[in-house]
Amino acid sequence: MFGYSMADIGNIMVMQGFSGLSMFTVLLLMALGLAIIFGQMGVINMAHGEFMTIGAYTTVMLSKVATTYGFVNYYFVFAIILAFILAFALGYFIEFIMIRHLYKRPLDTLLATWGLSLVMQQSFRSTFGAKEVSAELPEWMLGSFKPTPDIDIPINGVFVMILALLVTAGVYMFMYRSRWGLRVRATVQNRVMAGAVGINTQKVDRVTFALGCGIAGIAGAAFTTIASTGPTTGTLYIVDSFMVVVFGGAASLMGTIASAFGIAQAQSILQFFMTSSMGKVSTLLVIVGILMMKPEGLFASKLRK
Amino acid sequence: MNTSLSKLVGGKEGLVGLAVLAAIIFVVLPLGVDIFRLNLVGKYLTYAFVAVSLVLLWGNGGILSLGQGIFFGLGGYGMAMFMKLEASDPITTKIQTTPGIPDFMDWNQITSLPWFWEPFKSLPLTILIILTIPALFAYLIGFAMFKRRVGGVYFAIITQAIALILSILIVGQQGFTGGVNGITDLKTVWGWDTRNDSAKYILYYLNGFLLFGAILLSKYVLNSKFGMLLLAMRDKEERVRFSGYDVSNFKIFIFCLAAMISAVGGAMFTLQVGFMSPSFVGIVPSIEMVIFCAVGGRASLIGAVYGTLFVNFGKTFFSESYPELWLFIMGGLFIAVVMFFPDGLAGIWAKYSHKLNFFKKKSSVIVAEMPSDITKKDADKKMANDIGVTNIEGAKA
Amino acid sequence: MSNTDFVLAIEDLTVSFDGFKAVDNLTMYIDKNELRVVIGPNGAGKTTVLDLICGKTKSTNGSIKFMNHELTKLSEHEIVREGVGRKFQTPSIYENLSVYQNLEVSYPKGRSVWGSLFFKRTAEVKEQVLKIAEEIMLTNFLDMEAALLSHGQKQWLEIGMLLMQDPQLLMLDEPVAGMSAKERDQTAELLNKISNNRSVLVIEHDMEFVKKIAHKVTVLHQGKILAEGPMDQVQEDEKVIEVYLGH
Repeated sequence: MFGYSMADIGNIMVMQGFSGLSMFTVLLLMALGLAIIFGQMGVINMAHGEFMTIGAYTTVMLSKVATTYGFVNYYFVFAIILAFILAFALGYFIEFIMIRHLYKRPLDTLLATWGLSLVMQQSFRSTFGAKEVSAELPEWMLGSFKPTPDIDIPINGVFVMILALLVTAGVYMFMYRSRWGLRVRATVQNRVMAGAVGINTQKVDRVTFALGCGIAGIAGAAFTTIASTGPTTGTLYIVDSFMVVVFGGAASLMGTIASAFGIAQAQSILQFFMTSSMGKVSTLLVIVGILMMKPEGLFASKLRK
Repeated sequence: MNTSLSKLVGGKEGLVGLAVLAAIIFVVLPLGVDIFRLNLVGKYLTYAFVAVSLVLLWGNGGILSLGQGIFFGLGGYGMAMFMKLEASDPITTKIQTTPGIPDFMDWNQITSLPWFWEPFKSLPLTILIILTIPALFAYLIGFAMFKRRVGGVYFAIITQAIALILSILIVGQQGFTGGVNGITDLKTVWGWDTRNDSAKYILYYLNGFLLFGAILLSKYVLNSKFGMLLLAMRDKEERVRFSGYDVSNFKIFIFCLAAMISAVGGAMFTLQVGFMSPSFVGIVPSIEMVIFCAVGGRASLIGAVYGTLFVNFGKTFFSESYPELWLFIMGGLFIAVVMFFPDGLAGIWAKYSHKLNFFKKKSSVIVAEMPSDITKKDADKKMANDIGVTNIEGAKA
Repeated sequence: MSNTDFVLAIEDLTVSFDGFKAVDNLTMYIDKNELRVVIGPNGAGKTTVLDLICGKTKSTNGSIKFMNHELTKLSEHEIVREGVGRKFQTPSIYENLSVYQNLEVSYPKGRSVWGSLFFKRTAEVKEQVLKIAEEIMLTNFLDMEAALLSHGQKQWLEIGMLLMQDPQLLMLDEPVAGMSAKERDQTAELLNKISNNRSVLVIEHDMEFVKKIAHKVTVLHQGKILAEGPMDQVQEDEKVIEVYLGH
């Protein structure tokens, strides 16, 4: 196959697999936020990528501050928290002034959030300039493991993956083990009834939307460890993230994880054997093909309607 | 006026709107602006094809396609491939390693014309392809999606993904498609130079007539039982199904028709502008065309044309004068139209036109240019609810 | 199974959702020109039975024969074209269209894409619309936008839309829900008139109303038939009383 020996292919798979893990991480965090919002309101937030970009810029800015004041080694933890808080706050505000007026009109929300994404992109450009900027990574994140001489595993990739798993676990706990999560799920299933038993559904919507955006912010922080940030960074990930959500069956957490993993790995491995654009095209084609066969996604169950 | 003609333009109500638009496109603009600006208007009007197709699909059918750029692009590339081949005759390209093939192929070490370029040596075949392939592609997508009852947000996302795939593919396959630069240096159609002023006038008018053809065809469809069913499906799909209609077939048809109309727009774009590139295929152009339609009033065919012109004039003005402001304005427009003016310009017109006697008086000037079998009285009476008649949503609100 | 004289023959019908049997081994026959009412407590599977007959839900097992044609493999619009009409629980009409248009859209001609593009409003269509409009007491509202009708009128309009198709079997899911007493009486009259030349299957909770219309009553409970027969007989049935009144 392609003139590689089996051992070569094995090594390539492992290495591309690990580089795919970084992408998996970003996709997973993006998709998680999207899926929460989609599950709540049946709408896709087109500006989701820009909330990620907010997180990324936050991290970059904080890294600049950290280099000046000499706390480079542990600023990243603050960056994650700050990225979350900023994206959450903006999401909360956007839900209040815009999204809540558009419930029941999912297609319109899609267009309005696209408009929002344009405004946000231009704001980034006006504030931070058109050029891409990178965060100063702490030294401990830079190296790589070498389990065998032929395999390199970058530490930053492993770090962001652990981060993603922690966030995912946190989301799981929040949605399925907390009182708030119960309210969110109740509102999703029966808005009127939830309102009748005293749940403030408006507040639930707002917090859910903001939470989704906050997680996108964390995705942005993770993103800075693998690439540099520009005003249009978010647009690169938005379609892929949609695909993850739809492919995984919007309501299923396991589905989201599995499909984020599958899509990221397929792209990463295919990109080694083909050009990067053809790798992406092939992956997307396969997903679209499968979605046409099985539109409800891979992890949906038969429901009594 | 006989009944079939009346049905075509949507009754006398529709006629005034059409006449005003015709006057603007065929008389006012050509007399009022120089050929450079007129050519620009012609370019905008090719986008109007897509906006019109979205009125059918989205405004009336409730199906939001975020991938109309696919079909605009297919039409545009079809025409560009023909013109490129004509511009790449062996004599002009004799300095190439392989004369007789497009220059970008030669740069990419391709030594013979790829098979799928062969049909574009013939103009009739090219036209046939422009009219059929995009519709066929829409049929495949539509069949796969609508038969499985995929709609709403899912349909929007998947069409968007397909637009992305196609644009990446075009950019990636530089040797076959011209890559990110697209197909450029287009000069002639059957030896007729499309770049001089007289050709530009002719193409502008051809484009205008085709656009009117598309509008009339769409009007016919919307005024038939099909159009009524389309509205019915948008609101109560289940009920339509349980009235014995195969809903998916109707959706597939309207998607194919929308694709065909968009493709004609794409082909006219290439003819008038002289190149085609992937930047008219991908996500951004596809969604921008939705906003042209939304600004005009998503259910109004004529509104779609005004919306397209309005947004594009705005874009040209601001990108010339305040480029950094444009994205803010464009984004703000998306938000404002959706939140505050869901019926767009047509909705605003329907709401306020009654109150403005001023417009009624003015309309008599326009009436003079209309076919003689319409009396002034009829026209005046109907002027009041001109654009509103094609706008069902406006009537509801 | 051999052919029968029944309009509708449901045999061994089962549907399960993730193991939960909403309809369990149901067998039921409906005669020509019969007006059957299905009653039963919430969650008994009444609406699911209608969903199964009209193809909205696919059965796990069993057969549904309509005039000796198997329905379980057909899609919704094919079942309608066989001659089965179904009214939904909440009135399902086209709010943006006029009453006239609502009825006209339901006229069983021009059902294909091309047919609808070249459909002509002939005298025959008009006549049929006017006739049905009179039957459903909406003659004076033909030009009104359907959204403006009262709740009861919307229910009638939907029945009228079904009548336009002239179905052999008409299925109505709670046709008098939300109606005033007077409207209920008028609806009962309407249903009795309709069932002269077609079979009607009604789901209903309102026992007074059921008494007025039912030829025969089927009681469903947990997806199974609990009792079947004339109304007075079913009312005396101990199992039925127990299910409705509890222990």
